[in-house]
Amino acid sequence: MTHVAILGGGPAGLAAAQAALAAGAAVTLLDEGGRLGGQFWRHHAGITDPRMQHGFERFERLLGSLERAEVHSGAAVWSAELRDGGDGGGGRIVLRAVVGDADAADRRPVVVQADAVVVATGAHDLALPVPGWTLPGVTTAGAAQALAKRDGVSVGRRTLVAGAGPFLLPVAQSLALVGATVVGVHEASRTGALARGWLPKPWELLGKSGELAEYVGALVRHRIPYRIGSGVVRVLGVERVEGAVVAQLDTQWRPVPGTERVIECDAVALGHGFTPRLEAAIMLGCEVEGDRRGRFVVVDDAQRTTMPGVFAAGEVTGIGGADAALAEGAIAGFRAAGLAQDDPRLRDALRVRDRMRRLARRLERAHGIRPGWTAWLDDDTIVCRCEAVTKGAIAERAEVPLRAMRLATRAGLGPCQARTCGRAVEAIVAEARASAAVTGAAGEAVGGANAGAQGDGAVGFDRRPLLAPVRLGELAEPTEPASDENRNEAWPSGCSA
Amino acid sequence: MSGTVRIVVDDELISGRDGQTIAGVLIGSGRIAWRTAQHGERGVFCGIGVCHDCLVTVNGVEGVRACQRRAVEGDRIEREVRS
Repeated sequence: MTHVAILGGGPAGLAAAQAALAAGAAVTLLDEGGRLGGQFWRHHAGITDPRMQHGFERFERLLGSLERAEVHSGAAVWSAELRDGGDGGGGRIVLRAVVGDADAADRRPVVVQADAVVVATGAHDLALPVPGWTLPGVTTAGAAQALAKRDGVSVGRRTLVAGAGPFLLPVAQSLALVGATVVGVHEASRTGALARGWLPKPWELLGKSGELAEYVGALVRHRIPYRIGSGVVRVLGVERVEGAVVAQLDTQWRPVPGTERVIECDAVALGHGFTPRLEAAIMLGCEVEGDRRGRFVVVDDAQRTTMPGVFAAGEVTGIGGADAALAEGAIAGFRAAGLAQDDPRLRDALRVRDRMRRLARRLERAHGIRPGWTAWLDDDTIVCRCEAVTKGAIAERAEVPLRAMRLATRAGLGPCQARTCGRAVEAIVAEARASAAVTGAAGEAVGGANAGAQGDGAVGFDRRPLLAPVRLGELAEPTEPASDENRNEAWPSGCSA
Repeated sequence: MSGTVRIVVDDELISGRDGQTIAGVLIGSGRIAWRTAQHGERGVFCGIGVCHDCLVTVNGVEGVRACQRRAVEGDRIEREVRS
Protein backbone atom coordinates (compact mmCIF):
# COMPACT_ATOMS: atom_id res chain seq x y z
CA MET A 1 0.00 0.00 0.00
CA THR A 2 1.28 3.45 -0.88
CA HIS A 3 1.96 5.56 2.15
CA VAL A 4 1.29 9.27 1.70
CA ALA A 5 2.46 11.81 4.27
CA ILE A 6 0.81 15.20 4.37
CA LEU A 7 2.33 18.33 5.84
CA GLY A 8 -0.40 20.69 6.95
CA GLY A 9 -4.01 20.30 8.06
CA GLY A 10 -5.63 23.29 6.37
CA PRO A 11 -7.92 23.05 3.34
CA ALA A 12 -5.20 21.76 0.98
CA GLY A 13 -3.82 19.17 3.38
CA LEU A 14 -7.23 17.89 4.44
CA ALA A 15 -8.39 17.58 0.84
CA ALA A 16 -5.17 15.74 0.00
CA ALA A 17 -5.74 13.35 2.89
CA GLN A 18 -9.30 12.67 1.87
CA ALA A 19 -8.31 12.03 -1.74
CA ALA A 20 -5.34 9.81 -0.93
CA LEU A 21 -7.46 7.74 1.44
CA ALA A 22 -10.22 7.44 -1.16
CA ALA A 23 -7.64 6.18 -3.63
CA GLY A 24 -6.60 3.47 -1.19
CA ALA A 25 -3.41 4.90 0.26
CA ALA A 26 -2.32 4.88 3.87
CA VAL A 27 -2.14 8.46 5.12
CA THR A 28 -0.22 10.22 7.87
CA LEU A 29 -1.10 13.87 8.38
CA LEU A 30 1.05 16.21 10.44
CA ASP A 31 -0.29 19.62 11.48
CA GLU A 32 1.22 22.20 13.78
CA GLY A 33 -2.09 23.43 15.14
CA GLY A 34 -3.78 22.10 18.22
CA ARG A 35 -6.86 21.54 16.06
CA LEU A 36 -7.03 20.80 12.35
CA GLY A 37 -8.37 23.39 9.94
CA GLY A 38 -5.45 25.71 9.27
CA GLN A 39 -5.91 29.46 9.19
CA PHE A 40 -9.08 29.22 7.14
CA TRP A 41 -11.00 26.94 9.47
CA ARG A 42 -9.44 28.13 12.70
CA HIS A 43 -12.06 27.59 15.32
CA HIS A 44 -12.88 26.65 18.84
CA ALA A 45 -16.20 25.12 19.71
CA GLY A 46 -18.03 27.41 22.10
CA ILE A 47 -15.83 30.41 21.35
CA THR A 48 -15.92 30.91 17.59
CA ASP A 49 -18.87 32.90 16.31
CA PRO A 50 -20.35 30.72 13.54
CA ARG A 51 -20.79 33.81 11.37
CA MET A 52 -17.00 33.86 11.00
CA GLN A 53 -16.91 30.38 9.50
CA HIS A 54 -17.31 29.57 5.84
CA GLY A 55 -17.75 26.20 4.26
CA PHE A 56 -17.72 24.59 7.68
CA GLU A 57 -19.82 21.64 6.45
CA ARG A 58 -17.06 20.86 4.00
CA PHE A 59 -14.57 20.98 6.86
CA GLU A 60 -16.66 18.58 8.90
CA ARG A 61 -16.94 16.20 5.96
CA LEU A 62 -13.17 16.32 5.51
CA LEU A 63 -12.62 15.56 9.18
CA GLY A 64 -15.09 12.71 8.91
CA SER A 65 -13.06 11.21 6.07
CA LEU A 66 -9.90 10.94 8.17
CA GLU A 67 -10.94 7.89 10.17
CA ARG A 68 -8.34 5.64 8.59
CA ALA A 69 -5.60 8.25 8.67
CA GLU A 70 -2.91 8.64 11.28
CA VAL A 71 -3.23 12.28 12.40
CA HIS A 72 -0.73 14.18 14.51
CA SER A 73 -1.96 17.58 15.68
CA GLY A 74 0.44 19.79 17.58
CA ALA A 75 3.26 18.46 15.42
CA ALA A 76 6.29 20.67 14.92
CA VAL A 77 7.90 19.12 11.84
CA TRP A 78 11.50 20.23 11.95
CA SER A 79 13.02 18.16 9.19
CA ALA A 80 11.83 16.81 5.83
CA GLU A 81 14.20 14.83 3.66
CA LEU A 82 14.37 12.53 0.69
CA ARG A 83 16.41 9.48 1.49
CA ASP A 84 18.89 8.58 -1.25
CA GLY A 85 18.16 5.73 -3.67
CA GLY A 86 18.17 2.14 -2.46
CA ASP A 87 15.21 0.85 -0.58
CA GLY A 88 15.72 0.51 3.12
CA GLY A 89 11.97 -0.11 3.32
CA GLY A 90 9.35 2.30 4.57
CA GLY A 91 9.63 4.81 1.74
CA ARG A 92 12.03 7.49 0.72
CA ILE A 93 10.40 10.48 2.40
CA VAL A 94 11.53 10.99 5.97
CA LEU A 95 9.81 13.56 8.19
CA ARG A 96 10.85 14.30 11.74
CA ALA A 97 8.63 16.06 14.22
CA VAL A 98 8.04 16.58 17.88
CA VAL A 99 4.43 16.30 18.99
CA GLY A 100 2.75 17.82 22.00
CA ASP A 101 1.67 21.15 23.47
CA ALA A 102 3.13 24.13 21.63
CA ASP A 103 6.75 24.72 22.68
CA ALA A 104 6.46 22.30 25.58
CA ALA A 105 9.63 20.77 26.95
CA ASP A 106 8.22 17.24 26.93
CA ARG A 107 7.08 16.75 23.35
CA ARG A 108 7.59 13.27 21.95
CA PRO A 109 9.53 12.61 18.75
CA VAL A 110 7.72 11.20 15.74
CA VAL A 111 9.43 9.98 12.59
CA VAL A 112 7.30 9.35 9.52
CA GLN A 113 8.58 7.45 6.51
CA ALA A 114 6.44 7.55 3.40
CA ASP A 115 6.48 6.90 -0.33
CA ALA A 116 5.12 10.33 -1.19
CA VAL A 117 4.51 13.61 0.58
CA VAL A 118 2.09 16.45 -0.05
CA VAL A 119 3.48 19.77 1.12
CA ALA A 120 0.46 21.84 2.15
CA THR A 121 2.12 24.19 4.59
CA GLY A 122 0.08 27.27 3.63
CA ALA A 123 1.03 30.87 4.10
CA HIS A 124 1.18 33.52 6.78
CA ASP A 125 0.39 37.22 6.65
CA LEU A 126 2.84 39.59 5.16
CA ALA A 127 2.68 42.87 7.06
CA LEU A 128 5.01 45.51 5.67
CA PRO A 129 7.00 47.55 8.19
CA VAL A 130 5.62 50.99 9.07
CA PRO A 131 7.18 53.49 11.47
CA GLY A 132 5.72 52.63 14.87
CA TRP A 133 4.67 49.10 13.98
CA THR A 134 6.43 47.56 16.98
CA LEU A 135 4.05 49.35 19.36
CA PRO A 136 1.74 47.04 21.31
CA GLY A 137 -1.62 47.15 19.58
CA VAL A 138 -0.22 46.64 16.09
CA THR A 139 -0.84 43.13 14.81
CA THR A 140 -1.11 41.42 11.49
CA ALA A 141 -4.56 41.18 9.99
CA GLY A 142 -4.24 37.43 10.41
CA ALA A 143 -3.61 37.88 14.12
CA ALA A 144 -6.75 39.98 14.45
CA GLN A 145 -8.63 37.25 12.64
CA ALA A 146 -7.10 34.42 14.68
CA LEU A 147 -7.72 36.16 18.00
CA ALA A 148 -11.30 36.88 17.03
CA LYS A 149 -12.04 33.39 15.74
CA ARG A 150 -10.09 31.24 18.16
CA ASP A 151 -10.11 33.33 21.32
CA GLY A 152 -13.14 35.58 20.88
CA VAL A 153 -11.11 38.70 21.71
CA SER A 154 -9.73 41.79 20.00
CA VAL A 155 -6.54 43.63 20.88
CA GLY A 156 -8.18 47.06 20.80
CA ARG A 157 -11.54 48.72 21.03
CA ARG A 158 -11.00 50.90 17.97
CA THR A 159 -9.11 49.08 15.25
CA LEU A 160 -7.83 50.37 11.93
CA VAL A 161 -7.45 47.68 9.27
CA ALA A 162 -4.99 48.38 6.45
CA GLY A 163 -3.15 46.60 3.70
CA ALA A 164 -4.25 45.03 0.46
CA GLY A 165 -6.55 42.34 -0.81
CA PRO A 166 -9.97 40.89 -0.21
CA PHE A 167 -8.84 39.17 3.00
CA LEU A 168 -9.12 42.50 4.83
CA LEU A 169 -12.90 42.25 4.58
CA PRO A 170 -13.45 39.12 6.66
CA VAL A 171 -10.96 40.50 9.18
CA ALA A 172 -13.05 43.65 9.57
CA GLN A 173 -16.17 41.54 9.89
CA SER A 174 -14.64 39.32 12.59
CA LEU A 175 -13.43 42.33 14.56
CA ALA A 176 -16.92 43.79 14.46
CA LEU A 177 -18.40 40.47 15.58
CA VAL A 178 -16.24 40.37 18.71
CA GLY A 179 -17.36 43.88 19.58
CA ALA A 180 -14.49 46.04 18.31
CA THR A 181 -15.16 49.22 16.39
CA VAL A 182 -13.43 49.10 13.02
CA VAL A 183 -12.57 52.73 12.31
CA GLY A 184 -11.76 51.99 8.69
CA VAL A 185 -10.47 49.51 6.13
CA HIS A 186 -7.69 51.04 4.04
CA GLU A 187 -6.94 49.21 0.81
CA ALA A 188 -3.69 50.24 -0.87
CA SER A 189 -4.76 49.33 -4.38
CA ARG A 190 -6.64 51.85 -6.47
CA THR A 191 -9.85 51.58 -8.44
CA GLY A 192 -8.30 50.87 -11.82
CA ALA A 193 -6.28 47.96 -10.55
CA LEU A 194 -9.17 46.70 -8.49
CA ALA A 195 -11.54 46.77 -11.42
CA ARG A 196 -9.04 45.05 -13.70
CA GLY A 197 -8.19 42.45 -11.14
CA TRP A 198 -11.53 41.71 -9.62
CA LEU A 199 -13.85 41.69 -12.54
CA PRO A 200 -15.81 39.77 -13.42
CA LYS A 201 -16.12 37.55 -10.33
CA PRO A 202 -14.36 39.14 -7.37
CA TRP A 203 -16.03 36.97 -4.77
CA GLU A 204 -14.47 33.75 -5.99
CA LEU A 205 -11.31 34.09 -3.96
CA LEU A 206 -13.30 34.36 -0.78
CA GLY A 207 -15.22 31.21 -1.49
CA LYS A 208 -18.60 30.52 -2.90
CA SER A 209 -20.66 33.34 -4.33
CA GLY A 210 -22.41 35.48 -1.81
CA GLU A 211 -19.50 35.67 0.59
CA LEU A 212 -18.26 39.00 -0.71
CA ALA A 213 -21.77 40.39 -0.58
CA GLU A 214 -21.90 39.24 3.02
CA TYR A 215 -18.69 41.12 3.87
CA VAL A 216 -19.84 44.24 2.08
CA GLY A 217 -23.09 43.93 4.01
CA ALA A 218 -21.10 43.70 7.24
CA LEU A 219 -19.16 46.85 6.35
CA VAL A 220 -22.41 48.70 5.78
CA ARG A 221 -24.12 47.26 8.84
CA HIS A 222 -21.24 48.16 11.12
CA ARG A 223 -20.72 51.51 9.34
CA ILE A 224 -17.13 50.67 8.50
CA PRO A 225 -15.53 53.10 6.03
CA TYR A 226 -13.71 51.40 3.14
CA ARG A 227 -11.02 53.48 1.42
CA ILE A 228 -9.03 52.52 -1.63
CA GLY A 229 -5.64 53.88 -2.63
CA SER A 230 -5.01 54.49 1.04
CA GLY A 231 -2.71 53.08 3.67
CA VAL A 232 -1.22 53.48 7.14
CA VAL A 233 2.12 55.26 6.81
CA ARG A 234 2.88 55.72 10.51
CA VAL A 235 1.59 54.37 13.80
CA LEU A 236 1.47 56.84 16.66
CA GLY A 237 1.86 56.24 20.36
CA VAL A 238 4.33 56.09 23.21
CA GLU A 239 3.75 52.84 25.06
CA ARG A 240 0.95 51.56 22.87
CA VAL A 241 -1.03 52.53 19.82
CA GLU A 242 -2.79 55.86 20.19
CA GLY A 243 -3.47 56.60 16.56
CA ALA A 244 -2.32 56.14 13.00
CA VAL A 245 -1.42 58.39 10.13
CA VAL A 246 -3.11 57.38 6.90
CA ALA A 247 -2.28 58.82 3.50
CA GLN A 248 -3.35 58.37 -0.06
CA LEU A 249 -1.07 56.04 -1.97
CA ASP A 250 -0.25 56.39 -5.64
CA THR A 251 -0.39 53.43 -8.01
CA GLN A 252 3.07 52.35 -6.79
CA TRP A 253 1.98 52.68 -3.14
CA ARG A 254 4.08 55.81 -2.60
CA PRO A 255 2.37 58.11 -0.08
CA VAL A 256 1.02 61.25 -1.74
CA PRO A 257 2.47 64.27 0.13
CA GLY A 258 -0.10 66.49 1.77
CA THR A 259 -2.77 63.80 2.07
CA GLU A 260 -1.82 62.59 5.55
CA ARG A 261 -4.39 62.62 8.30
CA VAL A 262 -4.47 61.21 11.81
CA ILE A 263 -7.02 58.63 12.83
CA GLU A 264 -7.53 57.93 16.48
CA CYS A 265 -7.42 54.23 17.30
CA ASP A 266 -5.91 51.83 19.81
CA ALA A 267 -5.13 48.97 17.45
CA VAL A 268 -3.91 48.59 13.88
CA ALA A 269 -4.23 45.37 11.88
CA LEU A 270 -1.88 45.18 8.89
CA GLY A 271 -2.10 42.70 6.03
CA HIS A 272 -0.36 43.55 2.76
CA GLY A 273 -0.40 40.04 1.37
CA PHE A 274 0.80 36.57 2.22
CA THR A 275 4.11 34.78 2.43
CA PRO A 276 4.01 31.11 1.54
CA ARG A 277 5.66 28.78 4.03
CA LEU A 278 8.25 27.33 1.69
CA GLU A 279 10.84 25.93 4.04
CA ALA A 280 9.69 22.31 4.00
CA ALA A 281 9.53 22.26 0.20
CA ILE A 282 12.96 23.88 -0.01
CA MET A 283 14.46 21.40 2.44
CA LEU A 284 13.04 18.58 0.32
CA GLY A 285 14.91 20.06 -2.64
CA CYS A 286 11.91 21.36 -4.59
CA GLU A 287 12.47 24.16 -7.02
CA VAL A 288 10.90 27.48 -6.14
CA GLU A 289 10.33 30.20 -8.64
CA GLY A 290 9.72 33.93 -8.55
CA ASP A 291 11.31 36.80 -6.72
CA ARG A 292 10.79 38.80 -3.57
CA ARG A 293 7.37 39.89 -4.84
CA GLY A 294 6.19 36.31 -4.82
CA ARG A 295 8.09 33.08 -4.63
CA PHE A 296 6.30 29.75 -4.84
CA VAL A 297 6.90 26.04 -5.20
CA VAL A 298 7.01 25.01 -8.85
CA VAL A 299 4.35 22.39 -9.64
CA ASP A 300 3.01 20.81 -12.80
CA ASP A 301 -0.60 20.02 -13.66
CA ALA A 302 -0.50 17.03 -11.33
CA GLN A 303 0.72 19.20 -8.42
CA ARG A 304 4.07 17.41 -8.69
CA THR A 305 7.10 19.40 -7.61
CA THR A 306 10.49 19.00 -9.24
CA MET A 307 11.38 16.26 -6.73
CA PRO A 308 10.11 12.73 -7.22
CA GLY A 309 7.34 11.76 -4.84
CA VAL A 310 6.96 15.31 -3.54
CA PHE A 311 3.69 17.10 -4.26
CA ALA A 312 2.58 20.57 -3.23
CA ALA A 313 -0.84 22.14 -2.92
CA GLY A 314 -2.45 25.31 -1.64
CA GLU A 315 -0.84 28.65 -0.90
CA VAL A 316 2.74 27.33 -1.18
CA THR A 317 2.12 27.05 -4.92
CA GLY A 318 0.46 30.48 -5.30
CA ILE A 319 -1.94 32.52 -3.21
CA GLY A 320 -5.34 31.35 -4.39
CA GLY A 321 -7.67 31.06 -1.42
CA ALA A 322 -9.43 28.10 0.15
CA ASP A 323 -11.29 26.79 -2.91
CA ALA A 324 -8.10 26.63 -4.94
CA ALA A 325 -6.35 24.94 -2.03
CA LEU A 326 -9.10 22.33 -1.72
CA ALA A 327 -8.91 21.51 -5.43
CA GLU A 328 -5.12 21.40 -5.53
CA GLY A 329 -5.05 19.29 -2.39
CA ALA A 330 -7.45 16.76 -3.90
CA ILE A 331 -5.38 16.51 -7.09
CA ALA A 332 -2.16 16.12 -5.10
CA GLY A 333 -3.69 13.50 -2.85
CA PHE A 334 -5.05 11.43 -5.73
CA ARG A 335 -1.79 11.61 -7.67
CA ALA A 336 0.36 10.90 -4.63
CA ALA A 337 -1.74 7.79 -4.03
CA GLY A 338 -1.03 6.64 -7.58
CA LEU A 339 -4.07 7.65 -9.63
CA ALA A 340 -3.50 8.76 -13.21
CA GLN A 341 -4.12 12.33 -14.32
CA ASP A 342 -7.04 11.27 -16.54
CA ASP A 343 -8.76 9.32 -13.79
CA PRO A 344 -12.37 10.56 -13.69
CA ARG A 345 -12.06 11.18 -9.94
CA LEU A 346 -9.75 14.11 -10.64
CA ARG A 347 -12.03 15.83 -13.10
CA ASP A 348 -13.94 18.18 -10.81
CA ALA A 349 -10.87 19.24 -8.89
CA LEU A 350 -8.93 19.95 -12.09
CA ARG A 351 -11.70 22.19 -13.38
CA VAL A 352 -11.96 24.18 -10.15
CA ARG A 353 -8.21 24.52 -9.85
CA ASP A 354 -7.77 25.91 -13.34
CA ARG A 355 -10.51 28.47 -12.81
CA MET A 356 -9.13 29.54 -9.44
CA ARG A 357 -5.61 29.89 -10.82
CA ARG A 358 -6.81 32.41 -13.37
CA LEU A 359 -8.57 34.34 -10.67
CA ALA A 360 -5.48 34.29 -8.44
CA ARG A 361 -3.44 35.86 -11.22
CA ARG A 362 -5.98 38.65 -11.56
CA LEU A 363 -5.97 39.30 -7.86
CA GLU A 364 -2.20 39.41 -7.73
CA ARG A 365 -2.27 42.03 -10.47
CA ALA A 366 -4.80 44.07 -8.53
CA HIS A 367 -3.49 43.77 -4.98
CA GLY A 368 0.13 42.72 -5.31
CA ILE A 369 2.63 44.74 -3.31
CA ARG A 370 4.02 47.73 -5.24
CA PRO A 371 7.61 48.88 -4.65
CA GLY A 372 6.76 52.45 -3.60
CA TRP A 373 5.87 51.37 -0.05
CA THR A 374 9.47 51.77 1.13
CA ALA A 375 8.92 55.55 0.86
CA TRP A 376 6.91 55.47 4.10
CA LEU A 377 9.90 54.12 6.07
CA ASP A 378 12.25 56.34 8.05
CA ASP A 379 15.91 55.41 8.35
CA ASP A 380 15.32 54.51 11.98
CA THR A 381 12.21 52.40 11.37
CA ILE A 382 12.72 48.92 12.78
CA VAL A 383 12.35 46.39 9.98
CA CYS A 384 13.55 43.20 11.67
CA ARG A 385 11.34 43.04 14.75
CA CYS A 386 13.30 40.24 16.46
CA GLU A 387 16.68 41.95 16.36
CA ALA A 388 15.51 45.59 16.14
CA VAL A 389 17.42 46.22 12.92
CA THR A 390 16.53 49.47 11.20
CA LYS A 391 15.91 50.27 7.56
CA GLY A 392 19.01 52.49 7.57
CA ALA A 393 21.26 49.72 8.85
CA ILE A 394 20.04 47.34 6.14
CA ALA A 395 20.26 49.85 3.30
CA GLU A 396 23.77 50.84 4.39
CA ARG A 397 25.01 47.30 3.81
CA ALA A 398 22.93 46.56 0.74
CA GLU A 399 26.00 46.27 -1.46
CA VAL A 400 27.49 43.29 0.32
CA PRO A 401 26.08 39.81 -0.26
CA LEU A 402 22.82 39.17 1.56
CA ARG A 403 24.39 36.68 3.92
CA ALA A 404 27.15 39.06 4.97
CA MET A 405 24.61 41.84 5.46
CA ARG A 406 22.58 39.59 7.71
CA LEU A 407 25.57 38.56 9.80
CA ALA A 408 26.66 42.19 10.15
CA THR A 409 23.23 43.57 11.07
CA ARG A 410 21.56 40.40 12.43
CA ALA A 411 18.54 41.22 10.27
CA GLY A 412 16.47 38.08 9.94
CA LEU A 413 18.58 36.05 12.37
CA GLY A 414 16.27 36.26 15.36
CA PRO A 415 13.78 33.66 16.56
CA CYS A 416 11.39 34.13 13.64
CA GLN A 417 14.20 33.43 11.18
CA ALA A 418 13.14 36.25 8.82
CA ARG A 419 9.65 34.89 8.42
CA THR A 420 8.28 38.30 9.41
CA CYS A 421 10.76 40.67 7.78
CA GLY A 422 12.37 38.63 4.99
CA ARG A 423 10.42 40.06 2.09
CA ALA A 424 10.76 43.62 3.40
CA VAL A 425 14.51 43.26 3.88
CA GLU A 426 14.88 41.93 0.35
CA ALA A 427 12.89 44.87 -1.01
CA ILE A 428 15.00 47.40 0.89
CA VAL A 429 18.22 45.77 -0.29
CA ALA A 430 17.03 45.66 -3.90
CA GLU A 431 15.97 49.28 -3.79
CA ALA A 432 19.24 50.43 -2.25
CA ARG A 433 21.24 48.46 -4.81
CA ALA A 434 19.21 49.85 -7.66
CA SER A 435 19.64 53.46 -6.55
CA ALA A 436 23.36 52.92 -5.95
CA ALA A 437 23.64 51.47 -9.43
CA VAL A 438 21.79 54.41 -10.94
CA THR A 439 24.17 56.92 -9.38
CA GLY A 440 27.09 54.75 -10.50
CA ALA A 441 27.44 53.22 -13.93
CA ALA A 442 24.02 53.79 -15.42
CA GLY A 443 24.67 51.44 -18.36
CA GLU A 444 24.79 48.19 -16.43
CA ALA A 445 22.72 49.46 -13.55
CA VAL A 446 19.65 47.30 -13.79
CA GLY A 447 21.39 44.09 -14.74
CA GLY A 448 23.97 44.62 -12.03
CA ALA A 449 21.37 45.25 -9.40
CA ASN A 450 19.40 42.21 -10.40
CA ALA A 451 22.45 40.01 -10.57
CA GLY A 452 23.40 41.13 -7.08
CA ALA A 453 19.94 40.49 -5.73
CA GLN A 454 19.84 37.07 -7.34
CA GLY A 455 23.37 36.20 -6.31
CA ASP A 456 22.10 34.88 -3.00
CA GLY A 457 20.17 32.12 -4.67
CA ALA A 458 16.62 31.95 -5.84
CA VAL A 459 15.29 31.17 -2.39
CA GLY A 460 16.45 34.37 -0.67
CA PHE A 461 15.49 34.23 2.97
CA ASP A 462 13.20 31.24 2.65
CA ARG A 463 15.74 28.52 3.33
CA ARG A 464 15.84 27.60 6.98
CA PRO A 465 18.02 25.07 8.78
CA LEU A 466 15.09 23.92 10.91
CA LEU A 467 11.51 23.92 9.73
CA ALA A 468 9.99 24.63 13.12
CA PRO A 469 11.27 25.96 16.43
CA VAL A 470 12.37 23.04 18.57
CA ARG A 471 14.42 22.84 21.71
CA LEU A 472 17.99 21.61 21.53
CA GLY A 473 17.16 18.70 23.79
CA GLU A 474 14.49 17.56 21.39
CA LEU A 475 17.00 17.36 18.56
CA ALA A 476 19.15 15.15 20.70
CA GLU A 477 16.48 12.44 20.91
CA PRO A 478 17.87 9.07 19.82
CA THR A 479 15.81 9.02 16.58
CA GLU A 480 18.89 10.15 14.65
CA PRO A 481 20.30 13.38 16.00
CA ALA A 482 20.63 16.40 13.75
CA SER A 483 24.09 17.52 12.79
CA ASP A 484 25.76 20.05 15.02
CA GLU A 485 25.62 22.56 12.24
CA ASN A 486 21.85 22.56 12.28
CA ARG A 487 21.71 23.31 15.96
CA ASN A 488 23.34 26.64 15.52
CA GLU A 489 20.90 29.50 15.50
CA ALA A 490 23.07 31.37 13.02
CA TRP A 491 22.94 30.43 9.37
CA PRO A 492 24.83 27.19 8.80
CA SER A 493 27.41 27.68 6.11
CA GLY A 494 25.86 25.27 3.66
CA CYS A 495 22.49 26.91 3.74
CA SER A 496 22.74 30.15 1.88
CA ALA A 497 25.13 29.02 -0.81
CA MET B 1 -20.82 26.73 26.58
CA SER B 2 -17.17 27.02 27.48
CA GLY B 3 -16.18 27.14 31.11
CA THR B 4 -13.55 29.17 32.84
CA VAL B 5 -9.82 28.73 33.02
CA ARG B 6 -7.65 30.49 35.58
CA ILE B 7 -3.98 31.24 35.17
CA VAL B 8 -1.45 33.15 37.26
CA VAL B 9 0.32 36.00 35.53
CA ASP B 10 3.14 37.62 37.46
CA ASP B 11 1.48 36.47 40.70
CA GLU B 12 -1.94 37.78 39.73
CA LEU B 13 -4.80 35.36 39.14
CA ILE B 14 -6.74 36.04 35.96
CA SER B 15 -9.45 34.06 34.29
CA GLY B 16 -10.40 33.41 30.72
CA ARG B 17 -12.60 31.08 28.76
CA ASP B 18 -11.72 27.43 28.60
CA GLY B 19 -10.07 26.75 25.25
CA GLN B 20 -8.49 30.16 24.84
CA THR B 21 -4.80 30.44 24.19
CA ILE B 22 -2.61 32.10 26.82
CA ALA B 23 -2.54 35.16 24.52
CA GLY B 24 -6.32 35.11 24.36
CA VAL B 25 -6.61 35.03 28.15
CA LEU B 26 -4.04 37.83 28.53
CA ILE B 27 -5.78 40.04 25.98
CA GLY B 28 -9.16 39.21 27.48
CA SER B 29 -7.83 40.52 30.80
CA GLY B 30 -6.89 43.83 29.21
CA ARG B 31 -3.18 43.17 28.66
CA ILE B 32 -1.75 43.84 25.24
CA ALA B 33 1.99 43.61 25.96
CA TRP B 34 3.88 41.16 28.14
CA ARG B 35 7.40 40.83 26.86
CA THR B 36 10.23 43.35 27.09
CA ALA B 37 12.18 43.42 23.84
CA GLN B 38 15.13 45.55 22.78
CA HIS B 39 12.91 48.47 21.85
CA GLY B 40 9.89 48.40 24.08
CA GLU B 41 7.12 46.06 25.02
CA ARG B 42 5.67 43.37 22.79
CA GLY B 43 2.53 41.27 22.81
CA VAL B 44 0.81 39.45 19.97
CA PHE B 45 1.88 40.39 16.48
CA CYS B 46 1.26 37.50 14.07
CA GLY B 47 -1.08 35.49 16.26
CA ILE B 48 -0.30 32.24 14.46
CA GLY B 49 3.06 31.19 15.83
CA VAL B 50 5.37 32.74 13.26
CA CYS B 51 6.84 35.93 14.75
CA HIS B 52 7.81 34.91 18.32
CA ASP B 53 6.90 38.35 19.67
CA CYS B 54 4.52 36.92 22.28
CA LEU B 55 6.93 34.57 24.10
CA VAL B 56 6.30 33.87 27.77
CA THR B 57 7.60 31.49 30.40
CA VAL B 58 4.99 28.87 31.26
CA ASN B 59 5.40 26.82 34.44
CA GLY B 60 9.11 27.50 34.35
CA VAL B 61 9.61 26.62 30.70
CA GLU B 62 10.92 29.58 28.72
CA GLY B 63 10.14 30.59 25.18
CA VAL B 64 6.54 29.46 24.83
CA ARG B 65 4.49 31.20 22.16
CA ALA B 66 1.48 32.55 24.02
CA CYS B 67 -0.59 32.60 20.82
CA GLN B 68 -0.04 28.88 20.27
CA ARG B 69 -0.31 27.43 23.75
CA ARG B 70 -3.71 26.68 25.14
CA ALA B 71 -4.18 27.99 28.67
CA VAL B 72 -4.49 25.24 31.25
CA GLU B 73 -5.99 25.75 34.70
CA GLY B 74 -3.25 26.78 37.11
CA ASP B 75 -0.64 27.70 34.51
CA ARG B 76 1.94 30.11 35.90
CA ILE B 77 2.95 32.72 33.36
CA GLU B 78 6.02 34.90 33.73
CA ARG B 79 7.16 37.78 31.57
CA GLU B 80 10.35 37.48 29.58
CA VAL B 81 12.91 40.24 29.27
CA ARG B 82 15.46 40.30 26.52
CA SER B 83 18.68 41.95 27.59
